[in-house]
Amino acid sequence: MPARTGINWLGALALLIAVILIAPVAWVAFSIFADDQGTLAHLANTVLPGYVTNTLVLIVGVGVGVLIVGTATAWLVTMCEFPGRRFFEWALIVPLAIPAYILAYAYTDLMSHPGFVQSTLRDLTGWGPRDYWFPNIRSLGGAIAMFIFVLYPYVYLLARTAFLEQSTCYSEVSRTLGHTAFQSFRKVSLPLARPAIAGGVFLALMETLADFGTVSHFGVHTFTTGIYQAWLSMDDLVAAGQLATMLLTFVLIAVVIERAERRCAKFHQSRRIRDLYCYRLSGPRAWCATLACLTPVLLGFILPVAILLNLSFVDGHNLFTERYAVLIGNSLKLGFFAALAAVAPALVLAYAARIVPGSLSRAAGRLANLGYAVPGSVIAVGILMPLATFDNAVDEFMKATFGISTGLLLTGSLAALIFAYVVRFMAVALTTVEASLTKIPASMDEASRTLGQNQFGTLRRIHLPLLSGGLMTAGLMVFIDVMKELPATLILRPFNYDTLAIQAYRLASDERLAQASTPSLVLVAAGLLPVIILSRRIMTTRAGRRTSTSRPETEPAL
Amino acid sequence: MPMKVSRLGAALRAAVSPGVLARVGLMAVIAGPLFAVGQPAQADGELNLYSSRHYDTDENLYKEFTKKTGIKINRIEDKASALMKRIEAEGANSPADVLLTVDIGRLWAAEQGGMLQPIKSDALNKAIPDHLRDPDGNWYGFSSRARVIFYDKDKVKNPPKTYQDLADPRFKGMVCTRSSSNIYMLSLLAGLIEHLGEDKAKEWAKGVYENRARDPQGGDTDQLRGIASGECAIAVSNTYYFARALRKDVRDLSGKTDKIGIVFPNQGSFGAHVNISGGGVAKNAPNKENAVKFLEYLASKPAQTYFAAGNDEYPVVKGVAKAASVGKLGEFKADTQNLDKLGVNQAKAQKIYNEVGYK
Repeated sequence: MPARTGINWLGALALLIAVILIAPVAWVAFSIFADDQGTLAHLANTVLPGYVTNTLVLIVGVGVGVLIVGTATAWLVTMCEFPGRRFFEWALIVPLAIPAYILAYAYTDLMSHPGFVQSTLRDLTGWGPRDYWFPNIRSLGGAIAMFIFVLYPYVYLLARTAFLEQSTCYSEVSRTLGHTAFQSFRKVSLPLARPAIAGGVFLALMETLADFGTVSHFGVHTFTTGIYQAWLSMDDLVAAGQLATMLLTFVLIAVVIERAERRCAKFHQSRRIRDLYCYRLSGPRAWCATLACLTPVLLGFILPVAILLNLSFVDGHNLFTERYAVLIGNSLKLGFFAALAAVAPALVLAYAARIVPGSLSRAAGRLANLGYAVPGSVIAVGILMPLATFDNAVDEFMKATFGISTGLLLTGSLAALIFAYVVRFMAVALTTVEASLTKIPASMDEASRTLGQNQFGTLRRIHLPLLSGGLMTAGLMVFIDVMKELPATLILRPFNYDTLAIQAYRLASDERLAQASTPSLVLVAAGLLPVIILSRRIMTTRAGRRTSTSRPETEPAL
Repeated sequence: MPMKVSRLGAALRAAVSPGVLARVGLMAVIAGPLFAVGQPAQADGELNLYSSRHYDTDENLYKEFTKKTGIKINRIEDKASALMKRIEAEGANSPADVLLTVDIGRLWAAEQGGMLQPIKSDALNKAIPDHLRDPDGNWYGFSSRARVIFYDKDKVKNPPKTYQDLADPRFKGMVCTRSSSNIYMLSLLAGLIEHLGEDKAKEWAKGVYENRARDPQGGDTDQLRGIASGECAIAVSNTYYFARALRKDVRDLSGKTDKIGIVFPNQGSFGAHVNISGGGVAKNAPNKENAVKFLEYLASKPAQTYFAAGNDEYPVVKGVAKAASVGKLGEFKADTQNLDKLGVNQAKAQKIYNEVGYK
């Protein structure tokens, strides 16, 4: 059985990658066997139930919100024609460039009691400071809104790719059978796009669970703030690790249920792609569509950027200094290398899950995803401890054997930091690569094998060309996430290594929000470029065109 | 068997085509620096600083030190707990020379965790008052700040005189504080546990929470802004946030400070709660001499001006002039209990807050 060898080799590599990626998480999980100082029991008896409730409300709210906003806008810009559609096609992605905590700063400035909205309201009405009710931005509801505004693009991106890649045959058949546009969306497009949409919602929720900056700024206590409280306030890292493990278990169960539920459905699609048939909306319906797409862009990008611009105009830093050039350079460099470092193993994992039979390779992928739901600080400690232990062991060995001290080789190096990003953001890369790999029908592999290509030939000549868009998307998404990342960067970075996110955090944690607006804006601007590239990439992933006459189906060159 | 070999050969050829090789080579050149050793742990004329101070003005302070001594400062900044975790993990090979924190609780925990080493310095012992440094020389305070009561002069005619007063039911619906897991809130309660005992401290926390004007939220500046905009009548904040608004433009606060009054609490008893920003020499410091020099520099008069005035804090060294903004706050009696109690009681404080449901 010669074929087996190559396959086993790939499976083993995937497993190795998964083991390496899961190691920091496992390091944290093993704390479950250590003794805490009674912190866990104390938390469980006092505040934890409330934190759990908050967390559940948060993820349900965010989940439903991103699902509706992301899917609806994706379907509108893909399947309909209305004023501004071409603009929204890419504009709907831009909120992804804003970190949730920076959005929280901006909205606090606008909506809190001393802020512009409420003070204007008081001036206009003559109400006293406490005479009226106004929704509190620093609340659970406010946090849900923040996360929806910045995280819906995950769903939008993946749903849109899925809609674009759907064969028009299905919707044509459904239309022929008498479905209206909406019915065909609900009964055909939506179920077909479900794996992609679920993937997007999943990413959004994992990011929500791992967030600390936004919820702590709002004074909303969640499971994650509980983890931080155990660690920072009560100095009990063991309890923090145990809580993190509970969070992970919860995520893992959710993943398993979701996967099990859709296992029966096969989602390979016909490649019979022709020009996309779109619904031309007119009159009020068209304007409703425009409004539906404008609102998320307005709330998730235009308004917060306007607030930041105003703040930086009032009391910002001078951007044109050497310091900011260095910050920008560092942020871009980290994003670039982390993207490269994340996509390669993601491809191996996704590929192994596709062609290696057995549940082990699939499990490898699932496990490698987990880092995304772990708060950055916790994963950073999970990386720091084994890494430093390794470094010190090497140093001991070298001293004993050769009489030279190697010091700390990896700890405090950029390589360690990039490893942390890969652990943390593997889910982003893997979900995207998997989603585009699912779209390639197995029949194509079979055809390639029949024509004499081996597994690697098939990968190189069939899959890679078809996947290139997906790989690029995966890389860009990791890039954007890394630019925004804060806690792991803070603790693992080398000396004197600051990034835009760190500069924004430094100023914000010193309650200098106005000055923090400068690095925040630069961070957003630097994130915009990849976001726009991302948007263009997705347009080109589709073989058929949106307008004009039909083109022959593109066949990959064999 | 032959088939296997040819397969493998094809795979290798596919992977190692000249184009791929060139690209891999290029990547290796670009990525090279990533895998170089992070930093030399020991280099003459360098100092590795792990700092949880996050004040931009400190840059000048460090530059001045380098100019004076020729010693280059390498920095990492993060929350103290994270820095301590890094020092602990790095162990004997840790490059850390000095740990700086903005709270005594963390310094105390670092000392307890064996991450600091005692040093002997006459200069430091002479400059810094006894109650602001560790008797064994593990840590030293370099600036201090008080956590005090602010109030709306129009609304509160008879302001609270003590921390205990904050829990008085007559202030129901008036008091604003930040969230209980904040380190300043923890240290404040930790100090009260020492003075009043755990039971009284718990009653106090419960009373203050019941007097809240809104759910605890935001930072100290936001509590002061709450008075300015009228949402809060009484607020608890560190002194330097208010002094900063006197010195420079702080959004939604500067210009409205006239209506805000300040109370240094408990002047008739144990004094106002103070905390320090301080530091110590790391246990395995590779540049110990430079580390001691740095700490001595921080206690020198010119550095004290930067260190304290830059952030509107109180200098610890006698004879160093206060910044004008700090001078406006007035004189007060500070709590001189041993600062390490704030560290000892920190976890207890969090538990009490949790038990009374203080958000």
